[in-house]
Amino acid sequence: MSDWDDTDFAILRMLSQDGRQSSSAIAAELGVSQPSVWRRIARLTEAGVLRGTRIVLDKERLGFGVTVFLGIKLATKGRVSLDDFERAVVSIPEVQTVEHVLGRYDYRLKVVARDIADFERILRRRVMTLPGAGDVEANVLLSEERLLGPL
Amino acid sequence: MLDDVDRRLLRYLQSDPDEPLSSLAERAGTTLAVASRRLSRMREGGIIRAQEAVIDWAALGYSVEVSLRIALDKTETNAFDQFEAEARKVPEVIELQTFLGRVDVRLSIIARDMQHYQRIYRDKILTLPFIADIEALMHVSRIKANEALPV
Repeated sequence: MSDWDDTDFAILRMLSQDGRQSSSAIAAELGVSQPSVWRRIARLTEAGVLRGTRIVLDKERLGFGVTVFLGIKLATKGRVSLDDFERAVVSIPEVQTVEHVLGRYDYRLKVVARDIADFERILRRRVMTLPGAGDVEANVLLSEERLLGPL
Repeated sequence: MLDDVDRRLLRYLQSDPDEPLSSLAERAGTTLAVASRRLSRMREGGIIRAQEAVIDWAALGYSVEVSLRIALDKTETNAFDQFEAEARKVPEVIELQTFLGRVDVRLSIIARDMQHYQRIYRDKILTLPFIADIEALMHVSRIKANEALPV
């Protein structure tokens, strides 16, 4: 943890707002030399802290009006059923994220849909039919923000 | 509004945001000039809202991630606003989402280890206003995380 100093955190902060910034633009903003920024980015990448970039699209304008989080409990447990479930769930195009969790549910899914009717179709045809899927809870997303965390 | 070329570009861009423009254009079946023009139009028009760095918190030393599902006391008129404003001040909160359903708010919390998590939970989370009920899901692993939209 002590591997990283304030300048590294400042670089991460800038890149998590705009991941396409050049190292010279970051250097100018932070008042450090460009080669130093470049070296730090290389080190953060090598350590696996920086894992490339992600594109954020305007969901509503692309026609995805509804986002739903699903908690899914598996009806049957065991290694085979986990593998089967995971293999099947990742191939559903409307499923954006899948997390394996411990607690009331086994998996947490983020699902996008055009509207509620479209969501119902995905839920019935794709999610309820997943191998081993048991209890499902749905919560419709109203707002979402990603914070900078401890940076 | 978007044609097939735009959609293909978005699809490939989402699957590999750091791919050079020339190979992106080739995969989308168009020229470099067209791809470059279309992408900058979608960036300016806000279809592509951002390109953010992906940070691996575990590699930064935060090995614990917990998802807290919270029900608020909705008899208080400003419960949502006040809760959100206070939750944003907790540095270990990396995601904040609001829902329609059994859960009102969900927070993603990161911590260095379980002891650190216990401290955050007691001192910074349980002290947030208007919590009626709280339930934790402990993050085990991420099976799918690209958040790509099926455009």
